[in-house]
Amino acid sequence: MRTPLFFLVQIVAGLVLYLSFITFGNDYWFYAGYTVLQYIVLATAWNILGGYCGYVNFGSAGFFALGAYTSVFFYNTGQALNDLFSERTAGLLAYIFPIPVPILILLGGVVAGLVGLGTGYLTLRLRGVFFAIATLALAVVLETLVVNWEFVGGSRGAYVIPPANIPVFGAYIHYLFALMVVLSVVALTTARLIERSRLGYGFATIRDDELAAEACGVPTLKLKLTATVLSGALMGMAGAPFPFFIGYIEPSSAFSLSYAVNSIAMPMIGGTTSWVGPLVGALLLGSLQQLATVTISSAVNLLIVGLLLVGFVVVAPKGIVGWFEGWPWRRAKP
Amino acid sequence: MDLSLFGNAIVAGLLLGCFYAAVTAGISISFGMLDIVNIAHPAFIIVGSYVAYIVNTQFGLDPIIVSILALPLFYVLGAVVYQIYYVAFEKHGQESLRGLAFFFGILFIAEVVLVLTFGVDYRSVNAPYIGQSLDIGILEFPYRLLVPALAAMAMFLGLQIFLGRSFIGRAVMAVSQDPQALRLMAVNPTRIKRIAFGISIATASVAGACLIIIQPVIPSVGRDYIGRVFAICVLGGLGSLPGTLIAALLLGVLESLTSTYYGPSWAPAVSFGILLLTLAVRPSGLLGR
Repeated sequence: MRTPLFFLVQIVAGLVLYLSFITFGNDYWFYAGYTVLQYIVLATAWNILGGYCGYVNFGSAGFFALGAYTSVFFYNTGQALNDLFSERTAGLLAYIFPIPVPILILLGGVVAGLVGLGTGYLTLRLRGVFFAIATLALAVVLETLVVNWEFVGGSRGAYVIPPANIPVFGAYIHYLFALMVVLSVVALTTARLIERSRLGYGFATIRDDELAAEACGVPTLKLKLTATVLSGALMGMAGAPFPFFIGYIEPSSAFSLSYAVNSIAMPMIGGTTSWVGPLVGALLLGSLQQLATVTISSAVNLLIVGLLLVGFVVVAPKGIVGWFEGWPWRRAKP
Repeated sequence: MDLSLFGNAIVAGLLLGCFYAAVTAGISISFGMLDIVNIAHPAFIIVGSYVAYIVNTQFGLDPIIVSILALPLFYVLGAVVYQIYYVAFEKHGQESLRGLAFFFGILFIAEVVLVLTFGVDYRSVNAPYIGQSLDIGILEFPYRLLVPALAAMAMFLGLQIFLGRSFIGRAVMAVSQDPQALRLMAVNPTRIKRIAFGISIATASVAGACLIIIQPVIPSVGRDYIGRVFAICVLGGLGSLPGTLIAALLLGVLESLTSTYYGPSWAPAVSFGILLLTLAVRPSGLLGR
């Protein structure tokens, strides 16, 4: 399937989803759907670095929270324009603020991408393990920074109150849901494009044998940095609308370990070699967790995710997608 | 500058550093010598804390003694985890990506299980010496820090002597350098690694007991230690126990000074700064090979 067609199929699928939710569902469907879509973006983003290059990022929660707190920063700036700036500047800035959510998503992506670039530049030249450890520590440090930064709420947290209604979409959650659909389409298209381009083949050489790739003249550091920035930026973009979705944000929920675990578990369970894996994993695990949260408890559903992750990693290394290898409709990969 | 404040910050930092050395000793063995990136190590430490907590509240036994009694238990736990790791990943040479995910999963499962069993309340132990301190001049040595520091040092020294002098210890050092050569000497590297990994997890028992004496513990505390232990391990130089001790003392003092002069909420950032700086400037660490 060619990329424009693939893009079109996704858009149609997203529209059908949105319209069927509006016609048959209620607002709960939108909240649950938003969460699942958010996981699709996170899992796909993780897989660009983790699945394609073989570099493990444990700091998904950090990148996600970077996006979320970028939004909080600009929201709070918009609220306090008159206190922060002189009257004339505030008057001028009032034309820009409040910044619409799509722009905030882009800003969140830029911030998270830059942090990814910095961390990657310092640690990606060494063995892959060091990068993994650095991302793990990165999440803790970013949380420390946010806890100590009063302007974005500190440890008390911050309220972000979205308007109840918005033109065209009606309820605000419908609008956020639509944004998340678009973001998922962007993430999946990016992943699929990478997979079939020179970039993707370069990533695969790094995953299979970095030393040999380097010897053959593959610019490994540049490719790894590209992957880190792309993956980090997508995670930041997934986090940017989160404060508007949740209404009240505090560090321990934004940096929750469950984001890090989910964004690793979903691709690992779905399969890491193609864009299908994270999608399947996110749809399956995301929906399962929504069900378990409602019917059992939220701590138990995290336990399920952890057990599934360890189980799949030990027993089924290729994930669910791997089960269907060799089925007639799957052509042999070059 | 207030001399007594400064002096006490240094003392607290050094004592804390001794404790950090015990926390990192296990990682130094598993990550530094065996090349197993056991990011779940802090989780085992928290499990050690809870074991000390349960026995202490039930029978009133001193946490340190509990942890020594629990050593064999943790050793067996470590050996079992290594066996799974070996069969599932190391044998096929797939330890990098999936092995990391495996340990991350264990870390997460341990935390969630602890939350489900004990809740998210802070738990602490009782011992007669907690809350008192030894005063020498203007310096204060709180027993809350002094006892764990001494226990940690005893364990650390024991480990160093064991690795340097005994046959098994030397075999562990050898397996970190060249498993193939060890095989030629008719020693099974897998067996040695299993023993070494068991020992590394056993240290978590003592470290956990020390932790719960120093501060009340909740299941998520383990995560704060991940950055810290790896920063110490990398700064000290992979696989070097003396390096680990120096790095641990350094980090302890730096963190203590930071929390004295800038506030405790900034302390976690110190380890990350050190980690990044080490990786950027001298990846082989202070005493690296």
